[in-house]
Amino acid sequence: MAVFARPRQALAIAGVLGLALSVTACGTGNDKKSDKAGSAECAAYDKYKGHDGKKVTIYSSIRDIEADRLDQSWKAFEDCTGINIDHEGSAEFEAQLGVRVDGGNAPDLAFIPQPGLLKRFVDAGKLKPVGADTKAMAEQNYSADWLKYSTVNGQLYGAPLSSNVKSFVWYSPKTFKEKGWTVPTTWDELIALSDKIAASGTKPWCAGIESGDATGWPATDWIEDLMLRTQTPEVYDQWTTHGIAFNDPKVAEALDKAGQILKNEKYVNGGFGGVKSIATTAFGEAGLPITTGKCALHRQASFYANQWPKGTTVAEDGDVFAFYFPAVDPAKGKPVLGGGEFVAAFADRPEIQAVQTYLASGEYANSRAKIGDWVSANNKLDLANVPNPVDKLSVQILQDQKTVFRFDGSDLMPAAVGAGTFWKGMVDWINGKDTATVLQGIESSWPK
Amino acid sequence: MEFDFAAEQPKLLMLMYGLIAFVAVVGGLLVLLDAVPAWFARRREAQLLAASASGAPVPRRPKPREGMFAFFFLLPAVLLLLVGLVVPAVRTVLLSFMDGSSVDWVGFRNYTWMFSEDSIVRVLTNTLVWVLLVPLVATAFGLLYAVMVDRARFESVAKSLIFMPMAISFVGAAIIWKFVYAYRGDGEEQIGLLNQIVVSLGGEPRQWLLDPPLNTLLLIVIMVWIQAGFAMVVLSAAIKAIPADIVEAARLDGVSPWQMFWQITLPSIRPALVVVVVTLSIATLKVFDIVRTATNGNYDTSVIANEMYNQAFRYGQNGQGSALAVFLFVLVVPLVIYQIRNLRKQREG
Repeated sequence: MAVFARPRQALAIAGVLGLALSVTACGTGNDKKSDKAGSAECAAYDKYKGHDGKKVTIYSSIRDIEADRLDQSWKAFEDCTGINIDHEGSAEFEAQLGVRVDGGNAPDLAFIPQPGLLKRFVDAGKLKPVGADTKAMAEQNYSADWLKYSTVNGQLYGAPLSSNVKSFVWYSPKTFKEKGWTVPTTWDELIALSDKIAASGTKPWCAGIESGDATGWPATDWIEDLMLRTQTPEVYDQWTTHGIAFNDPKVAEALDKAGQILKNEKYVNGGFGGVKSIATTAFGEAGLPITTGKCALHRQASFYANQWPKGTTVAEDGDVFAFYFPAVDPAKGKPVLGGGEFVAAFADRPEIQAVQTYLASGEYANSRAKIGDWVSANNKLDLANVPNPVDKLSVQILQDQKTVFRFDGSDLMPAAVGAGTFWKGMVDWINGKDTATVLQGIESSWPK
Repeated sequence: MEFDFAAEQPKLLMLMYGLIAFVAVVGGLLVLLDAVPAWFARRREAQLLAASASGAPVPRRPKPREGMFAFFFLLPAVLLLLVGLVVPAVRTVLLSFMDGSSVDWVGFRNYTWMFSEDSIVRVLTNTLVWVLLVPLVATAFGLLYAVMVDRARFESVAKSLIFMPMAISFVGAAIIWKFVYAYRGDGEEQIGLLNQIVVSLGGEPRQWLLDPPLNTLLLIVIMVWIQAGFAMVVLSAAIKAIPADIVEAARLDGVSPWQMFWQITLPSIRPALVVVVVTLSIATLKVFDIVRTATNGNYDTSVIANEMYNQAFRYGQNGQGSALAVFLFVLVVPLVIYQIRNLRKQREG
């Protein structure tokens, strides 16, 4: 088949195209100049200097607006040090990170939100322990509790970055004022309030655990919060490390306590239907009926602040706000469930360590917090730099000495449980399966 | 949502690179394949001309060494097959005998796990239901439709209507149908077509995708919706290929439409039917996108491919994921062999 009448002509076309390809490829190099490098405002970055023109790639699950804010937050650092930070966010982060690492295409740094996943990469020998500078910076700025989650076999594999507080109940201060309801401070008050609201004809709670291929996780947060409230923090630690069986009566107790609300037809599910509607209600939409008065309470983390429709004021006297999910016995302290991500490195070039150290610093925490919608357990974070009231409350809780903080349990467990059977088990549980069967199923799936 | 072209520039640039690279590589290959034989042909022509002009005997063409020749053309394909198919297949089989982090050998533990763990047995049964139902129902629908619209008015329009879902990706189709099955509480405004119909008939809205085994059947509907068009097109072509004289002869013998279908049409298109059923069976065994998009395997709807992905990539259980992959492979192999033999028989016959 003669495709071209004159082969030589075609050859020339192909050649030109190939040439054009290589020329354009050269033309897109990043020509960022660090012309501000000598100025006074760059003095703060002096200790990170000496890597001009180097590139550091970061992979995370952070996308869209939040990713833009990230880019903005380290702009000054990039300009002053000449290090080019290349961030890529993916909705498939957890699955793809493994694929990329196994494929020899690991990013320099990854923001890993699951200590369980971090440990997996450490065990596989893929992660590098942090350098001395980062270690000093992390120990200075974060409590030992927080560093524990990214420490494997005595080695620190990354400082925490952002955090969130999960022990929140969202409500409408406006509605509460109108109806004369008060914010409960104990579990019994919470149940009494729920009964009162239910008696008035409104379903008090709304809930939803549908979240695409992560369906079920919001319910695991409920269980973790109640493990912390019905048991001691020590038992919680045993639970997340399989020191006690997953179907231990203590876990069953926590599950049944959560069921007191989640599986109560009188309490749920405002605006959506019966108990089973929790399974198919998208987590992002679940709390929205609060704004229309179809329910009054929604237990969800601080980051739910981003889900409210445009024009909703989030404030102590506004349309919506959050209160601390009460402890069963406040005398035993103030347990808080939370999460966060850790900056782990797959390579240990000096410029990577510089970025890692900078991200653990107080300067970074403050510069990122100023941009908005961000919380960190970094103790150098100045409350005045946190604009959003719920974030402010979160930082206060995290910095409070009385707070007994525990990390999200499902993120600590091996992924097969923490991102697998625990999630699926919660879906089945909401769907009507009994507590014992669900817990037995999760227990038998714990990797041997 | 707004779409900002400037913001998507890096992606567009990558797309352009891809296009240029495609043109360069494919164009280059075409030119090569075109120019090389043409050059040989011209040289041969020149030799022949020279020979005839001088009156000398025509030089004999050197015998091409066929083995070398075949090897030259097979090499790229063989290399790609090795790298892309054989090596990964062997590796997967090896991994299936190792533990979750692919360090220690565990023998057949992953396979015993597969057949003893309740949730996985459920996955296997679901896959079986899929493989039994999708090819049969989709082929039956396609056949019925093909027979009904054959030589009807507006045949092409009617056919394109049912063929159109083929153009939608499985993920897209699953999202569309997720909306059809969407649920809102009783008394709320329904956004799902199915529930709206139920409500307007006076019923109560249901969470369609929640209760097994109904949810698996509803997911199967999605696949049938996509694949019926494929079955219809192939079968319609086969029906049109039935020799007119056979149909004519049957008519003269006075058959009823019913007899015509069972005794003339069906036997004549048997080979096409087999091809359709086998192709659909293979496609169904691999089904992943629909389940992942619609329910992610929750509420007891998971199938092998979905579970394999979850185990290997999300839970870090490489061994168990590989075992599922191997099992899937074992299931597909006989179908593929049958298909190849069938095609070969047709070509000979």
